[in-house]
Amino acid sequence: MPVPEHLEFFIDPSRCIGCESCVQACSECDTHRGHSMIHLEYVERSRTTQTTPVICMHCDSPTCAEVCPADAIKRTEDGVVQSARKPRCIACSNCVLACPFGVPKMKSDLELMMKCDMCYDRSSVGKKPMCASVCPSQALFFGTREEIERLRKRSAAVNRFRFGNQTVTTKVNMMVPRDARPEYIDVAAAMEEDSLGGDIMLNVLST
Amino acid sequence: MATLPVEKLQIIQEFGPHGAFMSGIRLDPGVEPDRIVKTHCCFCGQQCGIQLKVKDEQVIGFEPWLEFPFNRGMLCPKGVKRYLQGSHPDRLLNAVERDGSVPSGFKPIEYEAAIRRVAEAIKRIQNEHGPDSFAILTGASLTTEKAYLIGKFARMALRTANIDYNGRLCMVSAAAGNKKAFGIDRAANPWSDIPNSEVVWISGANVGECAPITTDYVWQARENGAKIIVVDPRITPIARTCDLFLPVKPGRDAALFNGILHLMIEHDWIDHAFIEGHTVGFDAVAASVKEWTPQKTADVTGIAVKAIQRAAEWWGTAKSSFLMHARGIEHHAHGVQNVLGAINIVLASGRIGREGGGYATITGQGNGQGGREHGQKCDQLPGARDISNSEHRAFICKVWGIEEADLPKAGVDAYEIIRKIDRGEIRGLISICFNPQVSLPDNNFVSQALDKLEFYAAIDFFLNETAQHADVVLPGSLHEEDEGTVTQLEGRVIKINKAVDCPGEARQDWKIIQDIAHALGREHGLTFASPAEIFDELRIASKGGVADYSGITYEKIENQFGVFWPCPSDDHPGTPRLFEPGSWNPVAKGSGPFYFPDGKARFNIAEYRPPVEDTDAEYPLMLTTGRVVSHFLSGSQTRRIGPLVEQYPEPRIEMHPRLAEQHGIADNDWVTAETRRGDTTLRAMVVTTIRPDTIFIPYHWPGRKSANQLTNSAQDPISKIPEYKACAVRIRKAQGPPDWEAELEPQQ
Repeated sequence: MPVPEHLEFFIDPSRCIGCESCVQACSECDTHRGHSMIHLEYVERSRTTQTTPVICMHCDSPTCAEVCPADAIKRTEDGVVQSARKPRCIACSNCVLACPFGVPKMKSDLELMMKCDMCYDRSSVGKKPMCASVCPSQALFFGTREEIERLRKRSAAVNRFRFGNQTVTTKVNMMVPRDARPEYIDVAAAMEEDSLGGDIMLNVLST
Repeated sequence: MATLPVEKLQIIQEFGPHGAFMSGIRLDPGVEPDRIVKTHCCFCGQQCGIQLKVKDEQVIGFEPWLEFPFNRGMLCPKGVKRYLQGSHPDRLLNAVERDGSVPSGFKPIEYEAAIRRVAEAIKRIQNEHGPDSFAILTGASLTTEKAYLIGKFARMALRTANIDYNGRLCMVSAAAGNKKAFGIDRAANPWSDIPNSEVVWISGANVGECAPITTDYVWQARENGAKIIVVDPRITPIARTCDLFLPVKPGRDAALFNGILHLMIEHDWIDHAFIEGHTVGFDAVAASVKEWTPQKTADVTGIAVKAIQRAAEWWGTAKSSFLMHARGIEHHAHGVQNVLGAINIVLASGRIGREGGGYATITGQGNGQGGREHGQKCDQLPGARDISNSEHRAFICKVWGIEEADLPKAGVDAYEIIRKIDRGEIRGLISICFNPQVSLPDNNFVSQALDKLEFYAAIDFFLNETAQHADVVLPGSLHEEDEGTVTQLEGRVIKINKAVDCPGEARQDWKIIQDIAHALGREHGLTFASPAEIFDELRIASKGGVADYSGITYEKIENQFGVFWPCPSDDHPGTPRLFEPGSWNPVAKGSGPFYFPDGKARFNIAEYRPPVEDTDAEYPLMLTTGRVVSHFLSGSQTRRIGPLVEQYPEPRIEMHPRLAEQHGIADNDWVTAETRRGDTTLRAMVVTTIRPDTIFIPYHWPGRKSANQLTNSAQDPISKIPEYKACAVRIRKAQGPPDWEAELEPQQ
């Protein structure tokens, strides 16, 4: 069964409280065998309590899969990028180095790359992934777009990200403030096809 | 004698804490559970709903309980991993008694023999020194049924006045303040009122780490347009994205509230009609805050004048609001005054007793609310009745079938029990679910007092640091091995359901208590066959009291996802929101919504006093203590759960870079923090998220890592809560790691 189309994943780092409930719950998903396949990043603990949960963004064209020399990373038809397949993975870490979001992690003791599979055993039957079920601040939210728009009036969901020459579209959405997009000054902004000239802010996130 | 039978390291080797991780059947992806049990978390006051998966009489994991309305499946990491306590290598599977000749210091003893030993010791000590020479210390993690039973056991079987509980370290300042202002001690509003508030004021509450699910409510309010005000010496996760952060100096909260009220009055941001119609004592309080000008408030609190003015304006002009506080303002020798200050700005605003107009304390412990309401507090009888009130005493004596002369009077608080032990006035002790050796302040003194006990029996499922002093340890039950009710932080009475049987010789706590009563030959009134039977009597005992549970049944709890007390009759749905206009209560009898004969709330002068031990040239910094998200209280449980230990392995000293630089300290350096009571050497955590004049140490660890070696045992004169949150300290860079670094695992 595929993940129901009306259910989507939304991440809102502004809500993250760094509690690691998501990380702890990930290892409790039946198919994860005690391993957490997500992690929590401290942006810079010496200066802020800002943290962000790092789950897979489930890219439409996953860089991790594209660079895998062993073809160990598969994307299902419903857009979920799976963890590396044990019989194929050669633990080369290409995917770890290539992912623009810093998602995959190499489990050196298992010689296997493991990453979020959106709790496929759960999400493919309409259940919430473990992390989004437990997240106390609902920084990780799994539900319908109508729900998120009703609940999060201050934020907009984006799923297109620009990394240099690469634009990545993802199945998972990032919630960003409606009125405070990140400022990214780049001469390339004035070179955009639809630029009227004089643009200096490169749009790195777009809905 | 209650000295340690052998070296501490030898005890730890056998009894832990050791870390438990997922293993065996819990790692098998193909396992279908035999059953799934709806219950609640065993840790904090939020009591999140959770479903436990059971296979082969073992809890193998959890499934989120999405339908339970308070948390809708959400859990913090403690709730996620709590099930690893089952089948834990440290679990006490049989009774043990001290024996200095065996390597671990304790040898197994047959359960019945252990019970006989306890009963004989009680008889001997009480015969020689009187009934009050034997004390009981209880925990607020006990179900309400157990708390009721142990209160009855203390007063009927032991006839001792000396029973108290570890809510004394948690909820009592809020309880005392609430009783003085409202006549009742419970959150005024359910959490569902938070998202409808225009302003949410959070004082002294590290919500993100200590009550994580509450974060969602607060931030839903923000999504709906609310402004969030956070008052804390540290930028905690909830403070990071608040609209207004007030970096209060530890121990100055009453001054801040007085300053806010001063501005509310000056700008006429007060609800005259509410004050006139529903309160008493405003004029005296208004006079008392005249001196609290913005400048004076700023000078005392360490908060900028403009920030104070902005906070007062936001609070004063809001149409709806919710004020929450927690231990940050309550853990003080003037904790009650801080709470009264908070309540004054709520009452002056008139925003209470209606939807989106609320006030609450964030209860810390799982049953901090229910336990004290029904018998484990030294001065309360079931139904939140007053043990000094002759009518209340007569009512309970009738329910229990005893003469009033045989019912002990009020006893002393938990810390005074320790002092009485030190003075030789108390010779024997039973403790259950309480680890004072770690959780009480100035705990080197606590160890010294415990050493003096003639006889000490502990009931617990792990041999915690206090139980290491015991003569006999009786193997009690884990949360998932018993059933009963607890009352969570909103005042919602909920049902804990049994998932598995006790292993080995372990027994449900209520059975152990009744077995001791039987061995004493004093089992009258203590022969219950189940928690349900205890609850039925508790309903009768609470009837007509302020905390009236008489209309609550297990079935009603199941059907309604909990019942908010008071619930005075079978057809009553419960009371989610207190103080609604026109509401009836047994004290006011219709004259008003508040629990005083005239139905009116009380303004109380909130007197500001600095911490008992303020900074000086010798000890120039403030020490404040608290929790981290992956541990709970004394850590007796969470320091045994491997993944939670890995998340936050050892305590660290949080300090600001400016302070660190003065002492040549870099992040991760070993630092010694020293107060007049003790010192500890821990690694530094250099962060810009704490005031430069304050250091913070989490208190979950024992022994040489314990923050409570340093804290001050000064107590609030009204609530008797200790001053955990403020004492004078100095720091210095250490030459290297302390001795324990090579000997102990992080959790030990």
